[in-house]
Amino acid sequence: MIYRETGTFITSYLEDRKLFPIPFDKWAMAVFMLFMIFVVPFIASDYWLAAHLIPILAYGTAALGLNLLTGMTGQLSLGTAGFMCFGAFFTFNIMLRSPEWMNLPLAMVLAGSVTGVIGIIFGLPSIRIKGFYLLVSTLAAQYFALWFFRSYPYFLNYATATVTLPDHHFDLFGIGETFDVDMASFEAKYLMSLGIVTALALFAKNLMRSATGRNFMAVRDMDIAASVIGIPVIRTKMLAFFVSCFYCGVGGALFCYAYLQVLGIRTFEMNRSFEILFMAIIGGLGSIAGSFYGTVLVYEFPILFSWAGDYLFKGAFDTAVVDNVAKITYGILIIALLIREPGGLAALWATAKQKLRTWPFPH
Amino acid sequence: MGFDWVFFTELIVGGLMSGVMYSLVAIGFVLIYKSSGIFNFAQGTMLLFAALTFVKLTEGGVNFWVALPVSMGTMVVFGILVERFMMRPLANQSLLSLFMATVGLAILIEGLAQYMWDSAIHGLQLADFLDLALLDPVNMTIFVVDYIEWLDILISKFDVFATIVAGTMILILAVFFQKTRTGMSLRAVSDDHLAAMAVGIPLSRVWALVWAVTGIIALIAGLLWAERVSVSFTLVEAVLKALPVILIGGLTSIPGAIVGGLIIGVGEKLGEIYLGDLIGVQGIETWFSYFIALVFLLFRPSGLFGLKTIERV
Repeated sequence: MIYRETGTFITSYLEDRKLFPIPFDKWAMAVFMLFMIFVVPFIASDYWLAAHLIPILAYGTAALGLNLLTGMTGQLSLGTAGFMCFGAFFTFNIMLRSPEWMNLPLAMVLAGSVTGVIGIIFGLPSIRIKGFYLLVSTLAAQYFALWFFRSYPYFLNYATATVTLPDHHFDLFGIGETFDVDMASFEAKYLMSLGIVTALALFAKNLMRSATGRNFMAVRDMDIAASVIGIPVIRTKMLAFFVSCFYCGVGGALFCYAYLQVLGIRTFEMNRSFEILFMAIIGGLGSIAGSFYGTVLVYEFPILFSWAGDYLFKGAFDTAVVDNVAKITYGILIIALLIREPGGLAALWATAKQKLRTWPFPH
Repeated sequence: MGFDWVFFTELIVGGLMSGVMYSLVAIGFVLIYKSSGIFNFAQGTMLLFAALTFVKLTEGGVNFWVALPVSMGTMVVFGILVERFMMRPLANQSLLSLFMATVGLAILIEGLAQYMWDSAIHGLQLADFLDLALLDPVNMTIFVVDYIEWLDILISKFDVFATIVAGTMILILAVFFQKTRTGMSLRAVSDDHLAAMAVGIPLSRVWALVWAVTGIIALIAGLLWAERVSVSFTLVEAVLKALPVILIGGLTSIPGAIVGGLIIGVGEKLGEIYLGDLIGVQGIETWFSYFIALVFLLFRPSGLFGLKTIERV
């Protein structure tokens, strides 16, 4: 009763193709987005923006990218952090080495495209290698990225370990100067990230309901069958690698520019790849919104856990113990979730929606 | 400057030795993959857990010969628990969720190991133990003197020892798999779960056994690796190194794990020295092994000895 689609009658093809066919969904989404754009920057403190919302947006982009590859096209990847690394470093270099008119979103798109091309190169083996064997290619990408930027300090502008990203990189189209707004403030960074993430998520959503997206899924479900019915398997796989790595690259750029504000190689170690794989899997493979649910859960869990530990025991245990207990709980949580609901949070949400639909008379 | 043959041979030998170490880790992977089709990501943390248990026991003053079976017992119990609480409920789910479950398991073990023991870096002087345990206490020189010299080539004695251990283990496993009844049921399960169950092989017991055996292998591999790199999180990374090894060999083949280990071990060393010189940058070791694996896989997509997958619609 609370949530239902009764009463929506589709009378034209155009209506049938709407992104949110159920009015309730549409309005809820609109309210949510308006809230995120117009209310959150004013009520959220710098801490909330800098330590929660911005990193979730950045991680979410990368998780979405991985989900497009692993969840939609079925190509397992452990090189996410490596691709993020490419994206972040290329964005920095484009900003650093191009004339005045260059601005951050454009640089991110360019860097993302270059990352996508690199993704295609590392994705080429997927033509012949399938399943778990493909891990080796994406792992190669991961380690190659780290090695590459470590070996060629040119890309870090010859800094020793990290570069603090200059504020003037954030000034989009001279808005900051003209209107005298601080474009490097957390509010501005948050809004920029939100805009980019929204655009990317919309694009992904639309991609997945297009012929291209259906090709992705056909390749995932069974690539031999896909090739039999005339889907260009190789081209589809390469396209999936390109799109996914584009997202990961932009995610990496956001991660450095909006969240950390420093650029360094250590940001993109192997652990990051796993973290993002978790986000995609826990959120639900093959679900776009799921990528973000997973991101929120995986990112907030350790924070919440250590906060709860502090709150409940008032520092009776030292941080290392809390840390380890958090890891144990987290591991159990993942296994339990996989046992109970292999579809991840997105599937959980779908079940909840079904419950709401029939509430209060479930039969 | 002529070609330095002694140096070259030393490289090859060193590569072969480290290849053996990789194979040790790889065998654990292969066992689980063979019997249940799972790519067990937790292998690395199992190594850490096992080695840490052993180290803490011996640091607490427990004798070598007691610590070894106790840590083996721990790993066996651990294997049984994993089967009961993870494998059984997850049976029949997609391979990706099983893989992720093992990643979850890896996090769990990591937390558990560091919670039970601690997260400091422990050195492990296995050589000292071995001298004390195996050899005459008067002149403990067999392992303490690090190298033997043979035709101008220096070979680490410990590496020789590791090779012998690995060889013995592989031999035992081979006999176990081929000759014993249990080994036969293991092979039956790996061939076809359903058929194996139909002829009355207890699937859960077989899985528990596999995880237990893998735990013991993890202990042995962990101890040998720990001698090289100390007992710490680096052990987990050692496992990522073993990944190209099993992929080259094929996920289903124990001889493949060995051959793969040797190829990677030698290839890595040669690549680092000669290719690194050629392109003028160092440290390509980090990704070169994956590159080698890729080249092999491009020609044989399921590894050198892996089962050929027949794809049908």
